[in-house]
Amino acid sequence: MTTSVPLGLPSVGAPRSGLAGVPALPEGETLSKRDFTSDSEVRWCPGCGDYAVLAAVQGFLPELGLRKENVVFISGIGCSSRFPYYLDTFGMHSIHGRAPAIATGLVASRPDLSVFVVTGDGDALSIGGNHLIHAMRRNVNMTILLFNNRIYGLTKGQYSPTSEAGKVTKSTPAGSLDSPFNPVSLALGAEATFVARTLDSDRKHLTSVLRAAAEHRGTSLVEIYQNCPIFNDGAFDVLKDRDESQARLVRLEHGEELRFGREDAEKVVVRSASGFGVEVVDAAAAGGREVVVHDATTPDPSLAFALSRLDDVSMAHVPVGIFRSAHRPTYDDLVREQLDDAREAQGGPATDADLAALLAGGDTWTVR
Amino acid sequence: MSTTTPGPTQGPSQSATPIERLDRVVIRFAGDSGDGMQLTGDRFTAETASLGNDLKTLPNFPAEIRAPAGTLPGVSSFQLHFADHDVSTPGDAPDVLVAMNPAALKANLADVPRGGTLIVDTDDFSRRNLAKVGYTTSPLEDGSLESYQVHAVPMTSMTVEALSDLQLSRKDAERSKNMFALGLLSWLYDRPTEQTERFLRTKFAKRAAVMEANLRAFRAGWAFGETTEGFAVRYTVPAAPAERGTYRNVTGNTATALGLVAAAHRAGLPLVLGSYPITPASDILHTLSGLKRFDVTTIQAEDEIAAIGAALGASFGGSLGLTTTSGPGLALKSETIGLAVSLELPLVIVDVQRGGPSTGLPTKTEQSDLMQALYGRNGESPVPVVAPSTPADCFDAAMDAVRIAVTYRTPVLLLSDGYLANGSEPWRLPDVADLPAADPDFATGPNDTGADGAPVFHPFLRDPETLARPWAVPGTAGIEHRVGGLEKADVTGDISYDPANHDRMVRLRRAKVKGVEVPDVVVDDPAALAGGRADVLVLGWGSTFGPITAAVREARRQGLSVAQTHLRHLNPLPANLGDVLRGYSRVLVPEMNLGQLALLLRGRYLVDVTSCNQVRGLPFTSAELVEAITALAPAEPGPAPVALSEETR
Repeated sequence: MTTSVPLGLPSVGAPRSGLAGVPALPEGETLSKRDFTSDSEVRWCPGCGDYAVLAAVQGFLPELGLRKENVVFISGIGCSSRFPYYLDTFGMHSIHGRAPAIATGLVASRPDLSVFVVTGDGDALSIGGNHLIHAMRRNVNMTILLFNNRIYGLTKGQYSPTSEAGKVTKSTPAGSLDSPFNPVSLALGAEATFVARTLDSDRKHLTSVLRAAAEHRGTSLVEIYQNCPIFNDGAFDVLKDRDESQARLVRLEHGEELRFGREDAEKVVVRSASGFGVEVVDAAAAGGREVVVHDATTPDPSLAFALSRLDDVSMAHVPVGIFRSAHRPTYDDLVREQLDDAREAQGGPATDADLAALLAGGDTWTVR
Repeated sequence: MSTTTPGPTQGPSQSATPIERLDRVVIRFAGDSGDGMQLTGDRFTAETASLGNDLKTLPNFPAEIRAPAGTLPGVSSFQLHFADHDVSTPGDAPDVLVAMNPAALKANLADVPRGGTLIVDTDDFSRRNLAKVGYTTSPLEDGSLESYQVHAVPMTSMTVEALSDLQLSRKDAERSKNMFALGLLSWLYDRPTEQTERFLRTKFAKRAAVMEANLRAFRAGWAFGETTEGFAVRYTVPAAPAERGTYRNVTGNTATALGLVAAAHRAGLPLVLGSYPITPASDILHTLSGLKRFDVTTIQAEDEIAAIGAALGASFGGSLGLTTTSGPGLALKSETIGLAVSLELPLVIVDVQRGGPSTGLPTKTEQSDLMQALYGRNGESPVPVVAPSTPADCFDAAMDAVRIAVTYRTPVLLLSDGYLANGSEPWRLPDVADLPAADPDFATGPNDTGADGAPVFHPFLRDPETLARPWAVPGTAGIEHRVGGLEKADVTGDISYDPANHDRMVRLRRAKVKGVEVPDVVVDDPAALAGGRADVLVLGWGSTFGPITAAVREARRQGLSVAQTHLRHLNPLPANLGDVLRGYSRVLVPEMNLGQLALLLRGRYLVDVTSCNQVRGLPFTSAELVEAITALAPAEPGPAPVALSEETR
């Protein structure tokens, strides 16, 4: 016989910020990018996209107004996972794929920390795939930066779970046989409450997405397209070329119609003729079809998922921005709620006398 | 069953049946895995404990939740040894076997000595059920049980009869037959009934019909004993002399959970358990999940790796991280334990060992994870290992594991096993104020001076005595730092690939664990009183303590000169162990593996030891250990042997 109980709080009420409970700097005090920069020498390859992301993160952290001792970066293994060393916060460079699990334990026990996970396509989606989906399923309050360069860099150039099928690499001389993951689709399938995509080269977009992710209460998954100049150079060039990017990038703005493309060739996103999903058509040929208005906050992730499917290997249309930012109670808040409830229901925090009663249990006898 | 002088009735019953006093009894309840034998055994144990008998229990059940009914693989049993003196094992052989069906009889009969008592539920002895286990004729009728005292009792039909007016289906009514058996045995051994009645009322508070059925079946079993003429005599076993204090009965898993909670509470640390369900460790998760008021957070993770990851993350944040598992799970956790070794953070890993390799024997006991615990990681990765010796000792061992983890900032392995986990014994409750309190001693600010004279924080600047590094948790201003699995420079903790630094750090980590303070082993050697040494030293670790103790007592009774010592700490080993081993020319090392500790001792101390090994998934019997001691003892005649004692019979 199984039973379930309503969990109650805090599923009702206004969404809280992801930073609620994290001590802020005193009024009037601010930190600078320099304060968040550690004295470790940065050792990525010249031209690596990670530099741009690091600069953006060091630049936006002061905007959160937090004390730096309350900020923690946890990473796995891979090029991007060296990230924590370069930030003057608390950090842990852990083991391959496990950062979300480690962060789960930290977040569940420390509501006063703002916790970031830094991971890559191999770390998050191959060896750590299980932890990633379960963190998102539970909605643990953490921000996951998933650097996607579609290649294994640190092990020198094998294909990754986001590499296109047929990719010729050191380990796949005849072409890789695997179909790639779409990380955004995967995250939405796991019902992550905040899912976004951005580019290493677009500092402004990157920063705005990261800020929204950090302020979201729950698991925020931010996929960052990131160039590996050594083993997969130019993977995202079509999205960086001014002309091409205009034709391809679908910029998601909550409450806005989904229109994109060059001025002379505007495209719109409409509901598929089949009734499922969405598709891209030329604005001029759309006729009376209603242009989809982006709604990131709807509890049903179906629209966001449909948008994520616009993207394919050709990168003909690539949605970027916040796919989904919905409210659901976080695992860690609920964990603490149960502890608080237990304390309240049983007369406050346990004392030595309570411990003695616990040890004794229900059936004792005394020898005199 | 040995008999002493008849004594007066002690129980509440006014039965006319005479009561005889016994000094000890071993009872085994056996039935289908759906028959509720574990519950029956637990209740009988609780009744017995409350009378002040010393006791040890041994549950033994299959890995299948419900194997096909009536088959040998589906037999579940619970053995209980209780006495008016201290006992150290659940008993080698049952004096009384309660068999609820032919399979239970067949699976257990060989363990019952001739002359033993069989109490058999005859209702299940149909041709079909007999055939299922290969009986061509009924053993109740074909004379094959002539050398036993057989009580054939139609327990199922009498249970159904007692519940006839409750409008239960026959199947539902039959479910209470275990309570009939419990009632009958409670009468036969003059056990108090109030506790069991109270237990049934609480357990089935929300299901009145089930409560009533169980209560009635229990009372019907008792009443049957009083009215039948089948039992000529009842028995009582008086209380054992025990140290003054308040006692409870406790299983190893419960004691482990309580020890961890107590240690965290005394240290003022929140306890965070990351766990993935696995037999036979899951009960620790179950127990801790109900103790939220004690600042215990339990995270049932997606897998074993995430479980220890969450625990380590919590430790990084200043909680006491804990993970609980069994052998296959420990294998999955290896890499994270290595990370904890490298990060030098407190962490407790409980491994409730079971039969291996691979899935092995999930519900059976073994001690075969010792090498995995000590060496099952990449690189030089030393971890302190603590092993409890009895169910109640799990409490102290768990507290000790926490002391080491917190004091030395290191992962610690607590090696329990299936026998300790599910077995039980009386436990004298400690005074909470006397329990040790580990000091987290969190870093609060800079601890060193930089080259420029300014205060700096160095996360790997060690305590000169313990070699422990600071426990520096997020949220503390001025000590922001980064740690990771990459090799760290001594003192500063910066990434370092310097050859000399790595050599130094590997040695420092080893020196830290080697320096963990553990008490010397104490040798129980009667010959030492006369300034001599016993002929044989028996050295064990973990749950073999009970059987070894019983065997050593028996061997001494037979006139052999035997010393005994037992290891709680497998890493580091006690400082005096080498001298102790070198002091005896004959050392016997019994293990429920194929000689893992023996290999370690030979390698470490260049001494020879004789292994005594079995991996049947059950604890040693004291008889087989007496045999091993006898075989190792020198040939010259000692004093005349006396009769075999009860424990080895």
